[in-house]
Amino acid sequence: MSTATGGTRRRPSPTQRAQNRAGLAFVSPTLLVVLVIVILPILWTVLLAFQHAKLIDLQGMGLFGNWTTANFRQVFTAPGFWSSLGTTLVYTVGGTVGSIALGLVAALALRRPFRGRGIVRSTMLLPYVAPVVAVTFVWETALSPQTGIINNWGAHLLGWHKPIAFLSTSSYRADLLGWHVHLPLALLTVVAFEIWRYFPFAFLFLLARLQAVPAGIEEAAEVDGATLTQRFRYILLPQLMPVIALLSVLRFIMTFNKFDDVYLLTGGDSGTEVVSVRVYNFLTASYDVGAAAAQALVLAVILMVLLGVYFGFFAKRVQEEEA
Amino acid sequence: MSRAQFEERLFGTLRWVVIAALLIATLFPFYYMVMLSFRPTGQLLLHPGSLWVPLHEITVSTYRTILEPTSKGGQGLLGMLRNSALVSLGTVVLTLAASVPGAWAISRLKFVGSRQISALFLAVYLFPATLLAVPLFVMFSRIGLQGSLVGLAVVYIAQTVPVSIYMLRNYFSTVPVSIEEAAALDGCSRLQILWRVVLPLAAPSLMATGLYVFMIAWNEFLFALLFLAATPSKWTVSLGLSQMDNAIEVPTTVLMAGSVVLTIPVIVLFYAAERFLTEGLTTGADKS
Repeated sequence: MSTATGGTRRRPSPTQRAQNRAGLAFVSPTLLVVLVIVILPILWTVLLAFQHAKLIDLQGMGLFGNWTTANFRQVFTAPGFWSSLGTTLVYTVGGTVGSIALGLVAALALRRPFRGRGIVRSTMLLPYVAPVVAVTFVWETALSPQTGIINNWGAHLLGWHKPIAFLSTSSYRADLLGWHVHLPLALLTVVAFEIWRYFPFAFLFLLARLQAVPAGIEEAAEVDGATLTQRFRYILLPQLMPVIALLSVLRFIMTFNKFDDVYLLTGGDSGTEVVSVRVYNFLTASYDVGAAAAQALVLAVILMVLLGVYFGFFAKRVQEEEA
Repeated sequence: MSRAQFEERLFGTLRWVVIAALLIATLFPFYYMVMLSFRPTGQLLLHPGSLWVPLHEITVSTYRTILEPTSKGGQGLLGMLRNSALVSLGTVVLTLAASVPGAWAISRLKFVGSRQISALFLAVYLFPATLLAVPLFVMFSRIGLQGSLVGLAVVYIAQTVPVSIYMLRNYFSTVPVSIEEAAALDGCSRLQILWRVVLPLAAPSLMATGLYVFMIAWNEFLFALLFLAATPSKWTVSLGLSQMDNAIEVPTTVLMAGSVVLTIPVIVLFYAAERFLTEGLTTGADKS
């Protein structure tokens, strides 16, 4: 790597300055790529969001000028923005909580060794490692009202009167114990997919943490007569809390920004239009770069505000516990 | 029976129920995918609920249809496999080439700004891909990287370098410094130390990281869709399959065959290196 040679001049004893130069030289290829492909585009998005910009105009346009706030007005007043934001939140919270809860259950079940645990563990990671296009296809096929196995079995075993279109029903009337409820079925299905696909991620981290809990504390509690649920509540859960908190933040960020799962399953129809799918539609349907940038920026700002609230709340609780 | 005994028994049984249910939930979709890929389409329409293919019905024509080039009436998946392989392998090689020195410098050398730089790398994941998508879309169409595999690989490198640095750095911090100091005393330069001492020691970690990067690049969909949608000759497998689903009436069984082809490389690699991978990812999670 030619960029690195500047820092490798040999000296009798490495001085701080040489180390400085070597360090920077070694990280510079990475830094360059990240700056050009991540940081610059983000800054440019901010500029574009305040400009009147269609894709065709961009060729001749300078970096600055044409300032306007019309994009933001358009974003906030466009039909469906607020409902799309609500959809995103339901999707994100449902996916985050569900995948961590299921991951925790899986980690607890696999905690003690048994014959074949290794293979079971790696099998449970499959939904996470498999290509998203392939697994969304399988879900679509299995849930299809005409050829899907779920509807076929539902009709035969559970006596469903007519097939249920899981991925294209925005509001499903269900009768539960005499109550009529309208379920956002497509959205719930997409959340279920999210939980299925990402519980392995939580499972992997929680299992690693569980196996590092020293056996001694739990044995002592058992001798003192603590039952299994008590040992979980008072010994394991506090030990797991930091990992659960970290996972919540990570999953929340990733699910909030998620595009491909929803796009591939429903295309954003039937009440599943999350904000990232809207950005894509703005960009490709009307080539309105300014509006797409504004929409993406609003999404990022909302995410940051939510994270700020979370960390504020969290820091306060930690302080209270210490006090 | 005391409460403690009751709970032991209850959860002792529940545990196996949970394991069985989770195994079915994770494995069934993959089984269903493979099974459908060997069925004639007509049979799927007649018996959508059947769980296996009768031996005399098994067909591989679905695979022929999906793999053959479009000139022969197929769907041309073979060409897309080549594109996917080129992009993914290129991404792996270049990401590792950039992140090995980077991770080593961050874990070993004290230099001005090293902490800010590693924070910056993590911040990459805070920003939604859609936020990058708009300007990259414009930037690439301006400099002519729109519709090129190189452009796609560059984006993948930026997306995978941070996690790769994170995994490698965790590993480097477990290698004793004294080995490197011994090499330095023997007269090795920093680059020689990296090449002759650190790299051979880090081989398992390199494998895990490379595999993870490969999986991300192979599975990626959004950027492929944005940059390559208009140039069918450059489609990756993921993109190509999703376009077939939208545009033309391709039978479900053929799409399933395509999904099997798309999934196999990832799963084979995953099982081959699963141990390295899970260790590489969760190092540090057990000490909080």
